[in-house]
Amino acid sequence: MAHHAHTHAHDDHHGAEHDHGSLKSYITGFVLSVILTVIPFWLVMGEVLENRTATILLVALFAAIQVIVHVVYFLHVTPHAEEGWTLTSTIFTLVVVVIMIAGSVWVMYNMNANMMPNHEMGGNLGAVVPEGQGSGEPENPR
Amino acid sequence: MSTVTLPKDGAFHLTEEPHHPEGASTLLGFYIYLMSDCLIFSVLFATYAVLGGAYAAGPGPKELFDLDLIAVNTAMLLFSSITYGFAMLAMQRHNSKQVIGWLLVTAVFGACFLAIELYEFHHLIHEGAGPQRSAFLSAFFLLVGTHGLHVTFGMLWLFTLVFQVRKFGLTAAMQRRLSCLSLFWHFLDVIWIGVFSFVYLVRMV
Amino acid sequence: MTLTEFIFGRLTWAAIPIHEPILIGTFAAVAVMGVVLLGSMTYFRMWGPFWKNWVVSIDHKKIGIMYMVLGIVMLLRGFADALMMRLQQTMAFDGGEGYLNAHHYDQIFTAHGVIMIFFVAMPFVTGLMNFIMPLQIGARDVAFPFLNNFSFWMTVGGAVLTMLSLFIGEFAQTGWLAFPPLSGIGASPSTGVDYYIWGLQVAGVGTTLSGINLLVTIVKMRAPGMTMTKMPIFCWTALCTNILIVASFPILTAVLVLLTLDRYVGTNFFTADLGGNPMMYVNLIWIWGHPEVYILILPLFGVFSEVVSTFSGKRLFGYTSMIYATVVITILSYLVWLHHFFTMGSGASVNSFFGITTMIISIPTGAKIFNWLFTMYKGRIRFELPMYWVIAFMITFTVGGMTGVLLAVPPADFVLHNSLFLVAHFHNVIIGGVVFGVFAGINYWFPKAFGFKLNEFWGKVSFWGWVLGYWFTFTPLYVMGLMGVTRRMRAFDDPSLAPWMYCAMFGVTLVAIGIAAFLIQIGVSILQRDKLRDLTGDPWNGRTLEWATSSPPPSYNFAFTPVVYDIDTWHDMKQKKYERPAEGYKPIHMPRSTEAGVILAGLATICGFALIWYMWWLAALSFVALIAYAIFHTYNRDRDFYITAEEVAETEAARTKLLASQV
Repeated sequence: MAHHAHTHAHDDHHGAEHDHGSLKSYITGFVLSVILTVIPFWLVMGEVLENRTATILLVALFAAIQVIVHVVYFLHVTPHAEEGWTLTSTIFTLVVVVIMIAGSVWVMYNMNANMMPNHEMGGNLGAVVPEGQGSGEPENPR
Repeated sequence: MSTVTLPKDGAFHLTEEPHHPEGASTLLGFYIYLMSDCLIFSVLFATYAVLGGAYAAGPGPKELFDLDLIAVNTAMLLFSSITYGFAMLAMQRHNSKQVIGWLLVTAVFGACFLAIELYEFHHLIHEGAGPQRSAFLSAFFLLVGTHGLHVTFGMLWLFTLVFQVRKFGLTAAMQRRLSCLSLFWHFLDVIWIGVFSFVYLVRMV
Repeated sequence: MTLTEFIFGRLTWAAIPIHEPILIGTFAAVAVMGVVLLGSMTYFRMWGPFWKNWVVSIDHKKIGIMYMVLGIVMLLRGFADALMMRLQQTMAFDGGEGYLNAHHYDQIFTAHGVIMIFFVAMPFVTGLMNFIMPLQIGARDVAFPFLNNFSFWMTVGGAVLTMLSLFIGEFAQTGWLAFPPLSGIGASPSTGVDYYIWGLQVAGVGTTLSGINLLVTIVKMRAPGMTMTKMPIFCWTALCTNILIVASFPILTAVLVLLTLDRYVGTNFFTADLGGNPMMYVNLIWIWGHPEVYILILPLFGVFSEVVSTFSGKRLFGYTSMIYATVVITILSYLVWLHHFFTMGSGASVNSFFGITTMIISIPTGAKIFNWLFTMYKGRIRFELPMYWVIAFMITFTVGGMTGVLLAVPPADFVLHNSLFLVAHFHNVIIGGVVFGVFAGINYWFPKAFGFKLNEFWGKVSFWGWVLGYWFTFTPLYVMGLMGVTRRMRAFDDPSLAPWMYCAMFGVTLVAIGIAAFLIQIGVSILQRDKLRDLTGDPWNGRTLEWATSSPPPSYNFAFTPVVYDIDTWHDMKQKKYERPAEGYKPIHMPRSTEAGVILAGLATICGFALIWYMWWLAALSFVALIAYAIFHTYNRDRDFYITAEEVAETEAARTKLLASQV
């Protein structure tokens, strides 16, 4: 249900198309952000959890939720704003961002593992296990 | 789909010139620009993700990062976000004095953020952990520094708008500019979520 | 540091290549042509009109035309590089050294690639979109007309920096993507890579902003009734292209920043020591690079669709499937980048994934080819010039697509990587797709832009020159590539390759004839413009909105905002015997020209030049001036004006008279 087909279609809505938010939405966003910021800092600084992976995943989860909170309450992206174009472009951008970061990590980790099997590259590359590591013929490092 | 303006008789043109609200496309255009900026940051995040472990026998995150400092910094940016929100609410009430007031408060928080970041950078370089030391530090300085540069640019823009609001008042054009800077400022806060989570916190676990 | 070093950085007299006779000859030719051009402009008092009507103009049609002119000028430079490379490779056999030394030859193949992609194909594509798209959606201009002017001049700024490297300093010798560590400061200490970086950065800002601009235009400014699924297919491809531009050029910008920091500041992103990883550059730049090839080809798919439908006298077959295919290509283009470096060693799982995604992308592309064929099927086809190019495209591009699928097979790629087979493949799709499409578009829309058709004889000469020239040049390259000849070679040991090289040289001569014939075609058409004149505004019996207005269109495009009920709006209007209104004109709100765009772009170009030569004071000064002027410009509130109703009435009455004289 698109409200407006085009900008031409509503000369009476001057400036109303973009939602500037209300006091309530800003305060909600702020309170949620504070909570979602404090918890990951507490998790890491207080060394609350034994399990390292769980902490990392939780920090990532809180970050993802907080990004959504900001986008909704501060950037006012909703399915209705700008006929949904801001939401569409946000989702498209997120898809490209995920492809780029996850893809780069995957590609580069596999390359490092294949081309330097005996050399520990280390780092925060997560738990991706390259298949073929240490098995079979080493590939031609050309 | 709206058929409000389509002529009832199936005519192929409008007899009245349609009214284009001045600058109706600006906010969408600026939002799309922010999305492209987001991709610049994602390249830097990808670089940090791939090269972040390459210490080159130099210092790593646990020797360098001070989470207390980052927590304070995060608070500064979050406060500046809500105060900018108050500026926007003042703008809706057409109160230009309050708009300027809240903008200046935002600028103070922004300046604190930058000062703390500069202190951190200075401290790291002083300890011999400058951007040339290792690929990890190159990626770190570039990602955090690019965010800082954006904040600096946002401050310059903010002060320009303070002067312009004083000069022109809250005209439609000025409201549009304030809304664009609002998007920019909150967008930087979104990027900072990624920075404090993945550049600092995750690496300190 | 001496005072001269402070002022001029590393620019010394040694940077002027007076010992290179080829460059001196080029410089002399350029200087003579420049003096003639500037002199005649002064003589005919054209500076004022040129400044007022073109340089500061924010009319999307004029900016579109200027993009096309930029593309043509740079095509001549890029093609000169191609000729030189072909000539060198026909000469350097069996111990022969040819006539180019390695230093010069490496710059030529780098400049050829950079110029052809960034300063020929991109301006052509952007120019077509700029000129046609707003007309097709019934808009008066783009969403941000000033930004459009600025984007154009930034593109010119990048081209100027690239061209300057001919006569001051040198260009990169790294290949068109400047892979480190070769492009690092250690292996390339001179200015070549810096020209490359700053040329692309300045132009890249323009490209990104123009992408945002055109994207918002399509989203926001469509005529009433034109829903997304009633939009001409060219606008759909333009939409997807601009999405790709906005979502990929920032990646290029960021990667080049990393390379810049490695070169200027001494960071270690892509260095071979202290943890840097050169392969990360290859990975990142191809995340931009693959969408880039779809940025180039998608708008031309739109052009072919428009041309096929017009000259078959039929609605485009499979309009909806065409949209789906375009959108699918847009998304898939982000999932195939690794096929450019299968040989990097990421292993079987990674290579298979990217091999398969690459093959999948040929499905929507194939669907498009069938859509065009079915559009022609049972159509009343008119073989006018644009249609010639479409036929040649379908044959040539299909072959290029198939060799692409071959290269998508990782084991095959291990044999063919970096060979002449690859070179032949991408020329096959870029010449067969992009260049043929641009010529189809130029021949199709030239009458819209200037009010007269292009000469048909010279058009056909140009056509046959290009098509035969392409096949004679690149078929031998396919053959040699299969035999294992690698790309970017300056000299060859094996004399048995010589016949293939001679064949390629013959082919490139045919292309030269094609280009010359194109220039003659334009010249002859201008001379014969009265004979070729089209007064109707619709010389081809077109189907989309741009043909509804006069040729050339008035500055406001349409006297009344059109209303759309059907995909082929103009065809629909003609079917329903639409009468042009002759009265009731209203004043039209238009944006005002501004010199801010050219000034800002000029400052950015100066800043780029200063950074290339380490003139830090000038870089700082021009950067500060850039920011200050941009802020100053925000104080300018005189940005629009009204075309009075009387003026509109006058323009439209003149057209009514012309149309009446036709019947």
